[in-house]
Amino acid sequence: MKSEFTLKLERCKGCGICVAFCPKQVLALDKLGKVYVADQEKCIACGQCELRCPDYAIFVDKVKEEKK
Amino acid sequence: MIERSYETYFRQNRLPHLWCPGCGNGIAMKAIVQAIEKKGWSQDNTVIVSGIGCSSRASGYMDFDTLHTAHGRAIPFATGVKMANPNLNVVVITGDGDCTAIGGNHFIHGCRRNIDLTVILFNNNIYGMTGGQASPMTPLGKKATTAPYGSIDRPFDACKLAEAAGATYVARSTAFHVQHLVKMISDGMDNKGFSFIEALVQCPTAYGRRNKIGEPAKMMAWMRDNAVMKNAWDKLTDDKKIGEKFPIGLFYKAEEETYNESYKHVRELANH
Amino acid sequence: MSASLMQGNEAVAEGALAAGVRFFGGYPITPSTEIAETMAKLLPKVGGTFIQMEDEIASMGVILGASLAGKKVLTASSGPGISLKQELIGYAAEAEIPAVIVNVQRVGPSTGQPTAPSQGDVMQARWGTHGDHSIIALSPWSVRESFNLTVKAVNLAEKYRTPVILLMDEIVGHLRENVELPTAEELEIFPRRTPKKSRAEGYQPYEPDEDLVPNVANFGEGYRIHVTGLIHDETGFPVGSPKVTENLIRRIHEKISLADDIIEVEEILMDDAEFAVVAFGGTARTAYEAVKACREKGLKVGFLRLVTIFPFADKIIYELAGKVKGIVMAELNFGQLVGEVRRAANGQCPVKLCAKYDMTIFEPEEIIASIEELINEVNGI
Repeated sequence: MKSEFTLKLERCKGCGICVAFCPKQVLALDKLGKVYVADQEKCIACGQCELRCPDYAIFVDKVKEEKK
Repeated sequence: MIERSYETYFRQNRLPHLWCPGCGNGIAMKAIVQAIEKKGWSQDNTVIVSGIGCSSRASGYMDFDTLHTAHGRAIPFATGVKMANPNLNVVVITGDGDCTAIGGNHFIHGCRRNIDLTVILFNNNIYGMTGGQASPMTPLGKKATTAPYGSIDRPFDACKLAEAAGATYVARSTAFHVQHLVKMISDGMDNKGFSFIEALVQCPTAYGRRNKIGEPAKMMAWMRDNAVMKNAWDKLTDDKKIGEKFPIGLFYKAEEETYNESYKHVRELANH
Repeated sequence: MSASLMQGNEAVAEGALAAGVRFFGGYPITPSTEIAETMAKLLPKVGGTFIQMEDEIASMGVILGASLAGKKVLTASSGPGISLKQELIGYAAEAEIPAVIVNVQRVGPSTGQPTAPSQGDVMQARWGTHGDHSIIALSPWSVRESFNLTVKAVNLAEKYRTPVILLMDEIVGHLRENVELPTAEELEIFPRRTPKKSRAEGYQPYEPDEDLVPNVANFGEGYRIHVTGLIHDETGFPVGSPKVTENLIRRIHEKISLADDIIEVEEILMDDAEFAVVAFGGTARTAYEAVKACREKGLKVGFLRLVTIFPFADKIIYELAGKVKGIVMAELNFGQLVGEVRRAANGQCPVKLCAKYDMTIFEPEEIIASIEELINEVNGI
């Protein structure tokens, strides 16, 4: 499953909830404490990060393979 | 990306919100607007009423008619709104201190009247806005700035309190169980009468840190590991209901006349 | 309407209905309870709502919620209850919510003498809630005026979007008089203010109109407003700015201090008066008798009755003090509003306090004695 992330970094407070609940270790916090996508390929588009983000800063959409 | 539909229920120019990193209030606030969206309530016909405290700042971010009242007083204000204009959907956002300490009397009497409100209590077990004082829902033994040796005050179970006082819908969920929380809230909105939903939310800053529970995700993992769905909870024998385990789900539901309906009879009798 | 015998408290309820009040929230307390009882009976007959709340704070909260949802609202209480209501009277001042609060005064402090009259809450009416705020307080002296001033109180609350205190006392609240109430056509009723712009035109709920009063929309009308007890700007949202703070506090004072239709006094036998008695509410009834008795004795004494207590009639009292040789201030307390009279008189003439706080009402002789003492003092006898 391919996925596409949208990050609204002006909202991210770097709490780490998305990083902790990602089952595939796709996400990480950068040196300034904001979320970034460390390993996009591993993402299964489960949406756990978006579901529990208290700041509405991370969004993940499934991308259909045939589109590419 | 297609913009998420729930974003239309937020006042975009007020975001990001003021809550601390990892605070569960943002999750609970999103759950409320998703429940409203699910119900199809109009933003022009829904009023959000809140008290004072971290939880109660939510009203300012929500794009409805919103009323940020005084400490503990959200339910009386909301009662006035609903009685004055019964066509409005009225949602109350409150906190554990706001609802069960300074607003405790209003809470039980709102339940007793079965006034048609949906009340969501963001329970973070602490007074967060003022820096971490013990609330009536701080668990025994947990530390707060005003309980530096651990709280000795036995806490309220707000759900039991609501049920005993006459609420006709009582449920609990957590910031970890987001979809469940949305369902508990929207089911509460379906109920005609006083609906009470306790949403357990993490306060990493004023509660978690002092009690060495760890970062926000650890507090949410605690919810995951200790919350037991009502059906499963009921099957547990008492010796299994140990440690910090607690039930979530729908606890009580009843059909009773709402206060607005009852007052219609008063008007009929007065004009008889 | 034909003449009927009624109590001051009942006249308040009748006045409220005539002024368009359709929502009452209350809590039982002597000596104001008849207002709640009358509203409980009459409001459902006219499609209104009466609700007995769990406490005094809740009955204040419920009327503010109802006011924001578009109803004209009233609550009534007495000393101990008014103390509890102060929290949300401040909220109404800050968030500019129209509401009328009736205080049928009894002897305090604390539980005091629950069935006995007093005017001991007069300065509480001005400064009862915390913080800088303006207030309007009116005090009737008769049953008929209880009706009139309730109508005026509701009108002023709506016009200036402010809490208005109707400062009754047990004397007038429980007084029974034969009154003929005016018909609806004879009354001027101020309607709820409405927005002058749409959302698309940039409507801001707390943008002041020319009279400094904002046209705050009712809930449910599609304006999606935010109301808060925090200091806020014209949008209604809280702002931590010194300028916004200063502007809001100044505006909620000036909308009332600059108005010209709030202050009302009644002057009797003042044309040739050398001395004046100032009084208000139930005490004014005795003071009036005392002034008439002085006239019969040939003393040139006049009477000034304060109908509006706050904003205080500074200019009128200043002019009075410049005209007469001395003033007697009669009030049923240890001496409260006399401070305002002295401040306004600004040393132009002596202001003598005639105070009583023994749970009984004034006898005319007590006020006459004060007047004679003052005349003797001024004349150096």
